[in-house]
Amino acid sequence: MKTSSTTYNRRSFLKTSLLSGGGMLLSVSWLSKAVAADKLEALNLPEQWAQLNGYIQITPDNVIKLICPNPEFGQNVMTSLPMMVAEELDADWKNVIVEMGSHDNAKLGPQFTGGSNSIRMYWKPLREAGAAARQMLCEAAAQTWNVPVGEVTTKAGMLRHASGKSAKYGEMASKAATLPVPKGMKLKSPKDFTIVRNSKKNVEGKKIVTGKPLFGLDYRADGMMIAMIQHPPAFGMKLKSFDAAQALKMPGIKDVFTLKLYPDGFEQGGFDTRTFNDLLVVVGKSTWEVMNARKKLVTQWEPAGDVKDTMMGRGGKREVTVPGGLETTSAQLEKMQELAGKPAQQLRKDGDPEAAFKNAAQVIERTYNAPFLAHNCMEPMNFFAHVTDEKAVVAGPLQAPGWVEPTLTKLLGLPADKIEIQMTRMGGGFGRRAYGQYLYEAAMISKQAKVPVKLIYTREDDMTYGIYRPMYTATYRAALDANKNLIGFHVKGGGIPEHAIHANRFPAGAVDNYLAEGWEIPSNITIGAFRAPRSNFNAAAEQSFLDEVAEAMGKDPIEFRLDLLKRAKVNPVGKNNEYDADRYASVLTLVRDKSGWNKPGSEKYNRGVAAYFCHNSYAAHVVDMVTRDGEPYVERVFSAMDCGIVVNPDAAKNMVQGAVVDGIGNALYGSLTHKDGAAEQNNFHTYRMIRHNEAPKKIEVHFVENDLDPTGLGEPPFPPVFGAVANALYKNKGKRFYNQPFKSEIDKQI
Amino acid sequence: MLWVLRDHLDMPGTKYGCGIAQCGACTVHLDGTAVRSCQLPVSVVGKAAITTIEGLSVNGDHPVQKAWLEHDVAQCGYCQSGQMMSAASLLKTNPKPSDADIDAAMSGNICRCGTYLRIKDAIKSAAKK
Repeated sequence: MKTSSTTYNRRSFLKTSLLSGGGMLLSVSWLSKAVAADKLEALNLPEQWAQLNGYIQITPDNVIKLICPNPEFGQNVMTSLPMMVAEELDADWKNVIVEMGSHDNAKLGPQFTGGSNSIRMYWKPLREAGAAARQMLCEAAAQTWNVPVGEVTTKAGMLRHASGKSAKYGEMASKAATLPVPKGMKLKSPKDFTIVRNSKKNVEGKKIVTGKPLFGLDYRADGMMIAMIQHPPAFGMKLKSFDAAQALKMPGIKDVFTLKLYPDGFEQGGFDTRTFNDLLVVVGKSTWEVMNARKKLVTQWEPAGDVKDTMMGRGGKREVTVPGGLETTSAQLEKMQELAGKPAQQLRKDGDPEAAFKNAAQVIERTYNAPFLAHNCMEPMNFFAHVTDEKAVVAGPLQAPGWVEPTLTKLLGLPADKIEIQMTRMGGGFGRRAYGQYLYEAAMISKQAKVPVKLIYTREDDMTYGIYRPMYTATYRAALDANKNLIGFHVKGGGIPEHAIHANRFPAGAVDNYLAEGWEIPSNITIGAFRAPRSNFNAAAEQSFLDEVAEAMGKDPIEFRLDLLKRAKVNPVGKNNEYDADRYASVLTLVRDKSGWNKPGSEKYNRGVAAYFCHNSYAAHVVDMVTRDGEPYVERVFSAMDCGIVVNPDAAKNMVQGAVVDGIGNALYGSLTHKDGAAEQNNFHTYRMIRHNEAPKKIEVHFVENDLDPTGLGEPPFPPVFGAVANALYKNKGKRFYNQPFKSEIDKQI
Repeated sequence: MLWVLRDHLDMPGTKYGCGIAQCGACTVHLDGTAVRSCQLPVSVVGKAAITTIEGLSVNGDHPVQKAWLEHDVAQCGYCQSGQMMSAASLLKTNPKPSDADIDAAMSGNICRCGTYLRIKDAIKSAAKK
């Protein structure tokens, strides 16, 4: 349970021990700085997560148990991460079982699900774990058979020697566990992979289809009670007084009390975002009883006024003022318009953009807007906590256990080794469950009520009391000379409460005169990471704008991008360009070829294309739209991805298809608006989600084939869907749409 | 009914998603027909048979369950028991559903991970069995 804040040099060590019933337990530790923190895009992985570990357990009856370090929220890491261990171990996949590890950063590494980092971060350490264990098994067999270790071969969980001797791994595991651990193992060449790159089915598939208790909401413990929070009706409000007399008379109710989540002056970590600090809590025997009792509370609310928070991380300790007031979407839009015209912070400048725009023969300027989005994980936020004076056990759906532990130690006054954090399968995450606030709430409620509790958010709580995708705007300008060459590019982005601009992304590096600026408006509406943070807006606005610029220049949108990428490769402008121009171009050419772009056969479709780079992977989509029952409908999509080696191809395809559906849904329908601080959508009857009949009939997914180390897929396919949908809509409707959700804008114009 | 199943009968396969019959995560069968258990008062059930995902088959080998595994449909998996209960109900009354039939029967079930294409493929596979 301990984490260390020390930065380690690259080195490794392994420990083995015998299982009580014989067999081998190989615990492999790596101390390495896995990845440069600045590459992690808005996730700010601190250095104490630089330790990476893994577990392999082999029983005498030849069962191989692999521990999955990272929480599962549907990205299929419980299958893909063990596949990487099994590959180097030369295990027989049929004999592998997988277990989710509890939180233990010292043994299992960062254990962070998010930032499309699971595969990328564990790619080397987990294969090294497998290779070391395999070598020890070979050594054990060599000693037993009295042959040179170099003559022992392995295949599918069997050890063999040319003399005809053979043994299952299980037979040699006990002996192997007594041997010294080898270092510096050579890893397989991709051409020798037999498990990685071969589709394996979800190891929890059978449990899912038979309804086994896998999720946080399914978690049960002896004596467990249910808790719910009555939160203020609007952001900017707080509890003034309450009367619980009626609620307490309701059947099954144990207690109603108030609770301060963070004490005054509490130093919040970067992911300790909380919606409200003064909580009114109902605790009772069952969900139904607590739900009904909560309705009987008589409450009075008052303006919260400005609130001072002390934040840690992102450049050290700082005081932040969360403004009071009741915010309304229309007023927020007006304020954004006002700020867009004022000076902003310069994020990057190449050449002389002012001169380029002054001398331009044509300037194209467009402004794009996008609303707050609620994560709407199908499983609402919930967590189990049992806190006593001596220890705490918490269990539930959580993306980053290592991030919540330091906060829990402070809130509960318990040392880290007295806090056990278990991760259940998550019914979706999308960034929302990187924020441990609901876990802290559960822990503080258990501490005060002195019972084990499961805190449950209703859908309404989850939607109106969220940590949302921010509200964004950006104005893009392009300067063209008399020959229709792009000579200047300017983006100025703003947001509530943060902007989305990635200043060093394409087309930075491809235009001589380039300027990126950003500005922000503070707000009391809480925001956080949402599938591909910031990128999910950029790819919508920028890719839509580039489409329009290409058209003004009389160029094909794919050729236009390829020309820019060629420029960025041959003669890049400026420094710190984040993307690899070749890989970026490769997804565009792949999607062009696979979709038959500009070839006969697609005349019935209104086609839109977009591409984007984020989270270390490259994505491009061609969206084919038709009009169906008078409405624009995306019938077919072609996707091209470059994420290096594809570990589990069929699951990877599923992930990309899901991201496309999610992207279409959010682009057309996703929106959370506020009136006087209160969310105007509180459930799925007012917050529109994409449904079966609105999903494309076909989504063809293609991967660029290369042997590069794998990068993530959870986020990268998502952002460019927005841009491709916008560009297809233009073809479908004959006019451009600049404001998300597009369906609302279309309806406004009818 | 939903919370009786989950809290009192310890059958958590039926999921809570919205509580207002908008997402389908809580779908069960009432005498073989798909209904949203979050809107089903216990008093209404009477002697009717309730089937949940736990009871769809004894060994998890209902054609729908097998097809879901064959197509490796699930991502997070949370909505899938509701999806499967809706699909099983559809196939009972319409053994060879068209795409439009599937859309009509399944559009009350939200999948936030976006596995709709695989769900459709799985229903078609199950229909062949």
